[in-house]
Amino acid sequence: MRKVYHQIIRISGNVITVEADNVAYNELAEVTSARGTSLAQVIRLDGRKVSLQVFAGSRGIGTGDQVRFLGREMTVSSSDALLGRVFNGRGSARDNRPDITDELIPIGTPSVNPAKRIIPRNMIRTNIPMIDVFNTLVESQKLPIFSVAGEPYNQLLSRIALQAEVDVIVLGGMGLKYDDYLTFKRTLDEHGALSRTVMFVHTAADPVVECLMVPDMSLAVAEAYALKGKRVLVLLTDMTNFADALKEIAITMEQIPATRGYPGDLYSQLASRYEKAVDFDSAGSITILAVTTMPGDDVTHPVPDNTGYITEGQFYLKNGRIEPFGSLSRLKQNVNSRTRSDHRAIMDAMIRLFSDFRSTQEKQSMGFRMSAWDNKLLKYGKRFEQEMMDLSVNIPLERALDLGWEILADCFDPAEVSIKTDLIEKYWPKKS
Amino acid sequence: MDQEKIFERIVGVNGNMITVEYSRQVIQNEVAFAIVGDSKIKCEVIRVRGKYADLQAFESTNGLKVGDKVEFTGELLSVELGPGLLAQVYDGLQNPLKLLAEHSGFFLQRGIYLRALNRETKWHFTPSVQPGVVLRAGDRIGSVPEANVKHYIMLPLAWKGEWTVESVAAEGDYTIDDTMAVAISASGEKRNVTMTQFWPVKIPISDYVDKILPEKPLITCQRTIDTFFPVATGGTFCTPGPFGAGKTVLQHAISQYAEADVVIIAACGERAGEVVEILREYPDLKDPRTGRSLMDRSIIICNTSSMPVSAREASVYTAVTLAEYYRQMGLNTLLLADSTSRWAQALREMSGRLEEIPGEEAFPAYLESLIASFYERAGLVQLRTGETGSITIGGSLSPAGGNFEEPVTQATLKVVGAFLGLSRERSDARRYPAIHPLDSWSKYPSVVDAGDLNYARNILRRGADVNQMMKVIGEEGTSLDDFIIYLKSEFLDYVYLQQNTFDAVDGATSAERQRIMFADVTAVLKDSFQFEDKESARTYFLELRQLFLDRNYEKPDSDDYRNLSDRIKAKIAEGKKANA
Repeated sequence: MRKVYHQIIRISGNVITVEADNVAYNELAEVTSARGTSLAQVIRLDGRKVSLQVFAGSRGIGTGDQVRFLGREMTVSSSDALLGRVFNGRGSARDNRPDITDELIPIGTPSVNPAKRIIPRNMIRTNIPMIDVFNTLVESQKLPIFSVAGEPYNQLLSRIALQAEVDVIVLGGMGLKYDDYLTFKRTLDEHGALSRTVMFVHTAADPVVECLMVPDMSLAVAEAYALKGKRVLVLLTDMTNFADALKEIAITMEQIPATRGYPGDLYSQLASRYEKAVDFDSAGSITILAVTTMPGDDVTHPVPDNTGYITEGQFYLKNGRIEPFGSLSRLKQNVNSRTRSDHRAIMDAMIRLFSDFRSTQEKQSMGFRMSAWDNKLLKYGKRFEQEMMDLSVNIPLERALDLGWEILADCFDPAEVSIKTDLIEKYWPKKS
Repeated sequence: MDQEKIFERIVGVNGNMITVEYSRQVIQNEVAFAIVGDSKIKCEVIRVRGKYADLQAFESTNGLKVGDKVEFTGELLSVELGPGLLAQVYDGLQNPLKLLAEHSGFFLQRGIYLRALNRETKWHFTPSVQPGVVLRAGDRIGSVPEANVKHYIMLPLAWKGEWTVESVAAEGDYTIDDTMAVAISASGEKRNVTMTQFWPVKIPISDYVDKILPEKPLITCQRTIDTFFPVATGGTFCTPGPFGAGKTVLQHAISQYAEADVVIIAACGERAGEVVEILREYPDLKDPRTGRSLMDRSIIICNTSSMPVSAREASVYTAVTLAEYYRQMGLNTLLLADSTSRWAQALREMSGRLEEIPGEEAFPAYLESLIASFYERAGLVQLRTGETGSITIGGSLSPAGGNFEEPVTQATLKVVGAFLGLSRERSDARRYPAIHPLDSWSKYPSVVDAGDLNYARNILRRGADVNQMMKVIGEEGTSLDDFIIYLKSEFLDYVYLQQNTFDAVDGATSAERQRIMFADVTAVLKDSFQFEDKESARTYFLELRQLFLDRNYEKPDSDDYRNLSDRIKAKIAEGKKANA
């Protein structure tokens, strides 16, 4: 029988301190107050003083309330029964069905040995031309979607989730608006994808400490499935809320902040989550797509900045479209040479011409005269924005490449697109 | 060790910091093991205060309790030195990662420490001393061949005083633990010399006569570096840049083509995927100078971003100690650290846990002196044998927000000899390598003529000015002469500064070819052209640029190369005719 302690000597933010013996670092405890029972996790040991972050928050906890240590660390079930279910940040069911407690595994486990990693080699098709053609998503890649509040990033996530060729989807929601959670659930349900989805959802109304658990929970489950040979796509939204939760606890623990109040270990904290993306040799894989909202659309804000250094590229979602400039998939070279022989050429040529279009647009807005070439570019840019960039476009890669040729042929002469002659001969649409 | 084990008790745990109440002597930077269940967690003493010692744990502290035992070793954090280091992949504490993978599978399990060197491999030893000679620490007793290196077996560097050799092993095949010699100290102590020895990583190996001013360029085959911002053999340089500017690609290119005997890559706190590329590709790439696999001259210290933070702090020291060891053999070593910002962040995390008074951006106040003393471990030295050996250190930096004003970049700039600043502006324009040609600098001599170099720099500067001006007043308002200067600077940028790393020919330009190319390019810069209008000037330079670019991709002894050279000559003559 584990001992129960009644001596809470400090309550500050969501952290309580209790005097206790024989407590292990990172161990779980149950705190029982008039408000009910909550889980708590040990975050500091100092002699007999044990500091715990209380998952349900410290509101209503009295100095005489009971703390019972459980002698185990945070775990999550890795059972196949998780599929189709929704859980909260503590791993309890939030869909009015029973909790799942078999095949428990620890969360926040050690890193993969770099010597066991392999070079990523498989494309993930999303049927979104801005991704498939221009910034191909690769199995085991970790990519954030940089965006600002108000952009349809969650719609984009659910679309990718529905269309990506993966076995299992794990959705980790952090600080999600309740409406967004319901929308996610409905969209997945309508398209029959709920049965291959596991959701860990922390809504904006839930206690902040639970938000911290969501990425680890989601990734632990993803890892267990990947080791069973499944190709897993992990969707995290929104990692900025996760970073803010880290900040809150760090400040409560009186840690010295590094930049803009964020703790000095923000980089390591984010990296230990993102680096879970992996392609296991002879087993499955984990691919991570994570929304990172940029406060004030500022990419140098600590959260997007640290994220950019960790991830393998980024998608910029701006004005409802994936921006071709700034968006980058660092791994696309690994796969786009093996899709179709014109893939790279179309990718380069269309982006180059679109960049020319943007400068022509600038010139136009400044009132300069438009040349014949400028007019061609304007026509091209318009078609590109409508038929390629628009997020409602939903076509497979091959169709998108064909469409690329059609647009080019409609707007330009073969000599104007600077594509190698042999490709022009093979793919340039013949006018009838 | 026969020494009685010293156990102390834990009194506090805060993240990866453990506080221990001690009863006997503790040493700063001493290694200790916290015992949790059956596993031992490696720690290092980083502060002693009153009766408490603060230890940084190199692995997760989950599950540790107040009252748990900590075993002190009495040794400083050390690495093992000996034959078999080359081609190895280690973590920050010199755990061999490939062996670890065989041992524990996909994941880096806590508390497993394996020996760095293979104890079964046989090395062919050739003695170079006779019994009776008197030696000091660092003196050679023989050598074994290791890859392309003559690996000297030395009297361990940590031994003090003079030692008389009593016996030496005969020429033959031995393992690293076999006795190669027996030596007696002045006080009569007898010790065995094996092929390996230990050295504490945070203390520099300074067994040399003198440091020499580094003046000879270290050829990296990257034109922007060797010509414009050269790096000297034994010098230091840094490559700061925002994310996506190509720091890692540049470092990989340098590690492939640099003319060094041993290259040590410290992947410190960056993406694991980038190391994987090295691990998987280097074994199949050839070192053009020796014809052997690139892996055979490389050691990879890999402590990527999700691996424990304190080991990241140790990893750069591990790397530089290995470099120092090979320098003792009269070799030129190159140490590339990617990225030193992550190392500095590891220091910051620890400093925060120690609750030290923070400096700028919460970095510890001693950051600058630590960075300085790290880079000072580079250098060209004259050994006691009369040979020279060198360590060149190149550190990449990942400044927050791409802003070079931050403390780590500023502290680094004070102590390096060359600054290769990567810019977002250039990488967005796909002008690779994105080394900024106006902001960067180097204190080392270039491979090309200094006068020509100045001339070229001047063109770049004036070209940038004209470009700025054109943005305000438009092309119409710019004079033709200014416009030609702008075109010349763009020409220089495209045909010389930009280099395609992924092309076998263009990716590596030898010093000799750089001199020829640069002479050709400067000739164009110096020629005075006159054109009827801007459009014809632009067309002319575009055509000339294309010819130069095509030639960059051709091997110098090929027919295509000669053909293109002729066409370039004709094109230049054509431009001058227009002038006449």
